Amino acid sequence: MAGAFSRILSARRSVGILSLVGAGSLTAGYLLARERRVGAAANVRRLYPASAEYPDLRKHNNCMASHLTPAVYARLCDKATPNGFTLDQAIQTGVDNPGHPFIKTVGMVAGDEESYEVFADLFDPVIKERHNGYDSRSMTHPTDLDASKIRSGVFDERYVLSSRVRTGRSIRGLSLPPACTRAERREVERVVVDALGGLRGELTGRYYSLTQMTEQEQQQLIDDHFLFDKPVSPLLTCAGMARDWPDARGIWHNNQKTFLIWINEEDHTRVISMEKGGNMKRVFERFCKGLKEVEKLIVEKGWEFMWNEHLGYVLTCPSNLGTGLRAGVHIKLPLMSKDPRFPKILDNLRLQKRGTGGVDTAAVGSTFDISNLDRLGQSEVQLVQTVIDGVNYLIECEKRLEKGQDIRVPPPISQFK
Amino acid sequence: MPFGNTHNNFKMNYKVEEEFPELSKHNNHMAKVLTKDMYAKLRDKQTPTGFTVDDVIQTGVDNPGHPFIMTVGCVAGDEESYDVFKDLFDPVISDRHGGYKPSDKHKTDLNFENLKGGDDLDPNYVLSSRVRTGRSIKGYALPPHNSRGERRAVEKLSVEALNSLDGEFKGKYYPLKSMTDAEQEQLIADHFLFDKPVSPLLLAAGMARDWPDARGIWHNENKTFLVWVNEEDHLRVISMQKGGNMKEVFKRFCVGLQRIEEIFKKHNHGFMWNEHLGYILTCPSNLGTGLRGGVHVKLPKLSTHAKFEEILTRLRLQKRGTGGVDTASVGGVFDISNADRIGSSEVDQVQCVVDGVKLMVEMEKKLEKGEAIDSMIPAQK
Repeated sequence: MAGAFSRILSARRSVGILSLVGAGSLTAGYLLARERRVGAAANVRRLYPASAEYPDLRKHNNCMASHLTPAVYARLCDKATPNGFTLDQAIQTGVDNPGHPFIKTVGMVAGDEESYEVFADLFDPVIKERHNGYDSRSMTHPTDLDASKIRSGVFDERYVLSSRVRTGRSIRGLSLPPACTRAERREVERVVVDALGGLRGELTGRYYSLTQMTEQEQQQLIDDHFLFDKPVSPLLTCAGMARDWPDARGIWHNNQKTFLIWINEEDHTRVISMEKGGNMKRVFERFCKGLKEVEKLIVEKGWEFMWNEHLGYVLTCPSNLGTGLRAGVHIKLPLMSKDPRFPKILDNLRLQKRGTGGVDTAAVGSTFDISNLDRLGQSEVQLVQTVIDGVNYLIECEKRLEKGQDIRVPPPISQFK
Repeated sequence: MPFGNTHNNFKMNYKVEEEFPELSKHNNHMAKVLTKDMYAKLRDKQTPTGFTVDDVIQTGVDNPGHPFIMTVGCVAGDEESYDVFKDLFDPVISDRHGGYKPSDKHKTDLNFENLKGGDDLDPNYVLSSRVRTGRSIKGYALPPHNSRGERRAVEKLSVEALNSLDGEFKGKYYPLKSMTDAEQEQLIADHFLFDKPVSPLLLAAGMARDWPDARGIWHNENKTFLVWVNEEDHLRVISMQKGGNMKEVFKRFCVGLQRIEEIFKKHNHGFMWNEHLGYILTCPSNLGTGLRGGVHVKLPKLSTHAKFEEILTRLRLQKRGTGGVDTASVGGVFDISNADRIGSSEVDQVQCVVDGVKLMVEMEKKLEKGEAIDSMIPAQK
C-alpha cells in the first residue's frame, strides 16, 4: 500500500522533490516544512586506516560477520547517510554480540531509510542470506493487504489457543530507533498518536505513554500482556535502541484490546492484531483494515510509511524487511512436538516454532508459538495463507497421531511465489 | 554517545525544546545542573574528536539514578570535553567534589616518602591494602568515544610500556580475547580478572563497545602491581597486598606509576593532566588524583555503632562492601577508602586512609572491651 508518493519519495531525497508535487497542494506545504537541512554526509572522523579499525570477527557467528570482509569495510567505512549514520554504527550490535553457534543473528541494523542504500554492499548480501536468497537488486517484493483473499483461516480451538499477526511500520523522513534523536522520536510519537486518534468503530482506542502511565494503567497493561518494557537484550541495547528510555515510548490499543500498537520500541511502530481462539482470518482482516486506516490518516497529514519495491516495508532490522510480518498461533501439539519429524515438517511448511514467551523462549507444556519463517519476497496474504495452511496441516497430524495413525512429512513449499 | 556525533548537525534542525531530555524524575549531578539554556548553548559544539553534549549526558539521561545515591550522570569523551563543555562540567565537578571551583588548583604529590606511618596497621583487623588510580593517554579519545583503532593503539602503547618494566615490576600482559582457560581461572582466583561491564551506567556511555577487543590485564610476577587496559579508563593502575602495610603498597604504587609515565612520555604520549583538574579520566568523579586508597578491615562493632557514618565523614572516608562499589559488607568486613579525589594530593588522601583506619581499629578494640569511644571521635578534617 504505497500510494503515489512512494514513487516520488523512494528516489534519493532531493530538493527537486517539490517540482513533482503541485506547489499549491497542502501536502507540498508539509513537504516544504519538512525539507531538512542535513549535515555533510561523508564527514566521518578517520584517524586510522580501515585495516586498523576493522573489527575482530573471528569468533563471530552472525550474518554481518559473514559478509563484512576487510575490503567491504574499507569501501564503506568513511561513508555516512545524509543524516550522518555510519557503518560502524550499523554494525556495532553485531560486533558486540558474537552470536551463538546454533542461532545466527543478523548483526546489523539500519539507522534510517538511506542506510540500506548507502551500505548496500553489506546489507544486500546480509539480506540475501537472511531471506533465503532474495536478491534486493533484481527482485521485487509484493505487498498485498487484501484480507478477502484468505481461504479458510478459522482453526480448531481444541488446539489453537490464540491467533496473532504483527508487523512494523516506519515513518518516512525520520531516523530509526538506533539513530533517532530525542526530537525525532518524539515526532514519531506525535505523528502516530495523532493518526491513531482518528480511528473509529472497532478500532477506537487510547494511547498510554510510558512516561505518564499511572500505576493502575500499568498493572492493567501487564495483565493484558500488552506492556513492553525497556529492552534488555544486548542485541537491541548495543544498537542504541534503548536510549532516553522511556521518553516518547508508549502503547496504543483499541477498546476491545484486539488491535495494539507499540510506539518507539524496536521500530517506529509495531502493529499487532490478536485475539483468543482460532479465527486467524478475522485477526488478519482487522490487521489489514487497521493498517490501511492508519496509513490513510498519516498521509492526510503529509507523512507516509517507508517502503520501496525492492525491500518492501523498511524497518530497523534487516530480518523484518518486506512484510515485517509474523503471523502466528499459540497451539497445543503434545504428540507432534514429541515426533522426531516435527522440525522437518515445520521447516518444509516454512514455519518456525518459539516458546509462548516469544522469541528466544522455551515452550511451556507442549504449547508452541508457530509462525511464518519468511518475511521478504512474499506478500502478507501469501504469508498468512502459508501459516493457515501449515497450522491446519499440523492439526491434522496431531489428530492422526491421536488416533494412532501415521503422519507424512509434506514436500517443501517453494519460497518465492 | 558511542554512536558518534555524525548527526549532530542534523539535530540542529530541531529546536532546543524538542531535543531537551526529560529529566524531571532524575537524580544525578548532570540532571541537577543541566538547564535548557545551558543545553542550547552547548548543543552545536563538539570537541576536536567530535564528542557532543548529547554524548556527554547520554548515560545520565538513560540512568535516572536512585533517591539515595547520587551518580554523576555525565562522562568525557576526550581531554577537551572538560573544556568545551565546561559550562556543564564545572558545576557538576563542584557538586561532586565538595565545592571545587573552576579557579582552584589541584596538587599532585606522588612522593611516597611524604606519607607518615602506614606500615603498622594491625593485620588482625586490616586484611588487605590497596591503592588504585587511573591514567589516560594524551592524544587518544576516552572509552566512551574511542574507535577500535584508537583503543588498539592505547593497548599497544601500554603493553610496550609495561613490558619494559623490570625488577619488582617485571610482569606479563594477558589480553582478554586470547586468554587461555587456565589463565582465566588463575586471574579469577587472584581476584584480578575484570569482566565486561554490566552496569548500565557504563553501558549507556558506550564503554563496553567491541568487547573484548584491545582489553587486557597486566600484572607483575609477585601479583602486587596490576594494570587494567581499556576497561572504564585507558589504564587503571592497582597496587595491592594482603595485610596492613599501606606504606609499602603506596610506595610500589608511586614508583610503578612514575616508571610507566616516563616510558609513555618518551613516546610523546604522556598522561592527560592539567593543574586545575589533575589527572583527566572518563568520569568526573575520578578527576584529581583518581585515587582510591583503601583497606579491607574488620569492624563488626564499630560498623553498628550509631556514629559510624559520622566518624567516616569526619575522617573524609567512605565505606563499601568487599565486592567494591555498590556491594554490601560481608561478615563485618568493610572496604574503607578515601572519599576525596580532587583538591588534595595522593599523599594527603592516602594519609587520611592510614590515619583514619588506625583510629577506627583502635575504636574497634575499645568497643570489644566494652568501653566507650565518644572521646575518640575526631573533629571534621
